[in-house]
Amino acid sequence: MNRYKEIFFHWLFVVLGFSALAFLLAITLLIFKEALPIFKHTPFWAFISGQFWYPTYEPPDFGILPLILASFLVTLGAVVVAAPLGIGTALYLTELAGRRQRAFLKPLLEILAGVPSVVYGFFGMVVLAPFFQKAFQLPTGLCALTASLTLGIMSIPFICSLVEDALSVVPRMFREASLALGANHWQTLTRVVIPAAGSGISTAVILGISRSIGETMTVLMVAGGAAVIPKSFLQPVRPMTATIAAEMAEAPFGSAHYHALFGIAAVLFVLTLIFNVLAEAVCQRFRQKLGSKL
Amino acid sequence: MENKPSVRLQTIQVSFFYGEKKVLHNISLDIYQNSVTAIIGPSGCGKSTFIRLLNRMNDLIPGSRLQGTIMLDGQDIYQPQVNVVELRRKVGMVFQKPNPFPKSIFENVAYGPVVKGTRDRLLLQNIVEQSLRKSALWEEVKDRLYENALTLSGGQQQRLCIARCLAVEPEVILFDEPCASLDPIATQRIEELITELKKEYTIVIVTHNMQQAARVSDYTAFFWLGELVEFGRTEKIFTVPENKRTEEYLAGKFG
Ligand SMILES: Nc1ncnc2c1ncn2[C@@H]1O[C@H](COP(=O)(O)OP(=O)(O)OP(=O)(O)O)[C@@H](O)[C@H]1O
Ligand SMILES: [Mg+2]
Repeated sequence: MNRYKEIFFHWLFVVLGFSALAFLLAITLLIFKEALPIFKHTPFWAFISGQFWYPTYEPPDFGILPLILASFLVTLGAVVVAAPLGIGTALYLTELAGRRQRAFLKPLLEILAGVPSVVYGFFGMVVLAPFFQKAFQLPTGLCALTASLTLGIMSIPFICSLVEDALSVVPRMFREASLALGANHWQTLTRVVIPAAGSGISTAVILGISRSIGETMTVLMVAGGAAVIPKSFLQPVRPMTATIAAEMAEAPFGSAHYHALFGIAAVLFVLTLIFNVLAEAVCQRFRQKLGSKL
Repeated sequence: MENKPSVRLQTIQVSFFYGEKKVLHNISLDIYQNSVTAIIGPSGCGKSTFIRLLNRMNDLIPGSRLQGTIMLDGQDIYQPQVNVVELRRKVGMVFQKPNPFPKSIFENVAYGPVVKGTRDRLLLQNIVEQSLRKSALWEEVKDRLYENALTLSGGQQQRLCIARCLAVEPEVILFDEPCASLDPIATQRIEELITELKKEYTIVIVTHNMQQAARVSDYTAFFWLGELVEFGRTEKIFTVPENKRTEEYLAGKFG
């Protein structure tokens, strides 16, 4: 009896364990299968380097360069905002804050991390967008800058908690060694702790980028939606995710437009995959650098 | 008989608390100039806690509290006006587990001088070489100074940590079980080194190895459950201990 139970649970967990893999495979297959037909219509290279996205014209244009550039622009802006703030917050929390400040700030960050992205989008729309519109005299405040800032604020808790993890695995003995050699707190932080956590911090930033590229709701709400090659942060843009979300419902099933949207999804998928593999590689180096103590 | 050497470090009625827990009880102990003082005792009796008080490493532990006085050259080191950084430069420390930074061998040894503000490359090279020579590591690493210190063996890493400590030019060196993770050959080298360093430095060493205490130390302090049970010349403690518990402990350890 017990033996059968054991075998049963063994296989149950094998199945559960592999189900994640199965889902991943199914999604990947679906995306690429649905994406392939578009490359018969528009060759792959023309698809990703084409400057015009006019999916409903006759004949349609399926060039997604403006969308790719929009995604990168918005993400770049978001990282410029989120990386320093996220890293700074983490450093403050782990190294400087007293017990009371930490007890106050930590839950705050957790709440911030739990706010749905649509709420951030809302904030961008009604607070940031009108502000930038007035400040820069723009026709519309819904632009790359607003999207970047909204996404950036949204990523702070994410990056912060990853950086905190990276800092907390720096062995205490490194700090002690540094202090015992007559270094002060600040020198210990900048010369020992931060370098030792360096790859972990980079990993946090890369994962932040990967997440920002994939974020949909906020950019759909605040990026402005113009599918033209962006020339400045003050222009409305149309990132890849926003395009898919906005157009999927109206693209007739099986049409070239429909497949083109899957094509975008495939490009996005590969991009995020690259970032995640990169993050993993950097993280690996981090572990090796600190020896096998982790 | 030799002259009574001068007292370098002195603890007077020192008690120490981790939160509510009292782990050291009224320790009064003198540490003499240019001698090796060994601190022995069963695990958890407060040896590390005690030795870490001497360079204020326990300052960082939240909720900890010290009673009593610790003097270095007659100066109370826990007075608020004392510069802790300066103190730690005078009283260096080598830890139980070799803990070189994940940096090059050179950077490790130069770390102390660099944070003190030494920038002159030539001077730094000089300090690094001298320190590595003193810790008997120079011949083994002189051709690989810019390799990562973590590529060294455990024994070499520990000698690197000693060199790193010497580079700061301390006057007192605290060793907390420096050989605990080393093999007998590496241990022997460190012991020779300590005997050599005694000429220039005042040394305090925590050890679990009685033979080691007997071999390297001039004075021995026996701790038991946070109390200093017996303190005296090493020969005396190991041959005619006054206290029953010291005797039993040593008998048990030598078995
Ligand atoms: N940071 C700390 N917080 C609370 N209690 C501690 C802390 N560090 C040590 N202790 C306790 O204080 C007592 C003395 O510890 P200490 O490390 O000084 O002993 P030790 O003699 O060095 O032992 P060992 O030989 O195992 O290294 C122990 O009971 C230990 O559990
Ligand atoms: Mg100890």
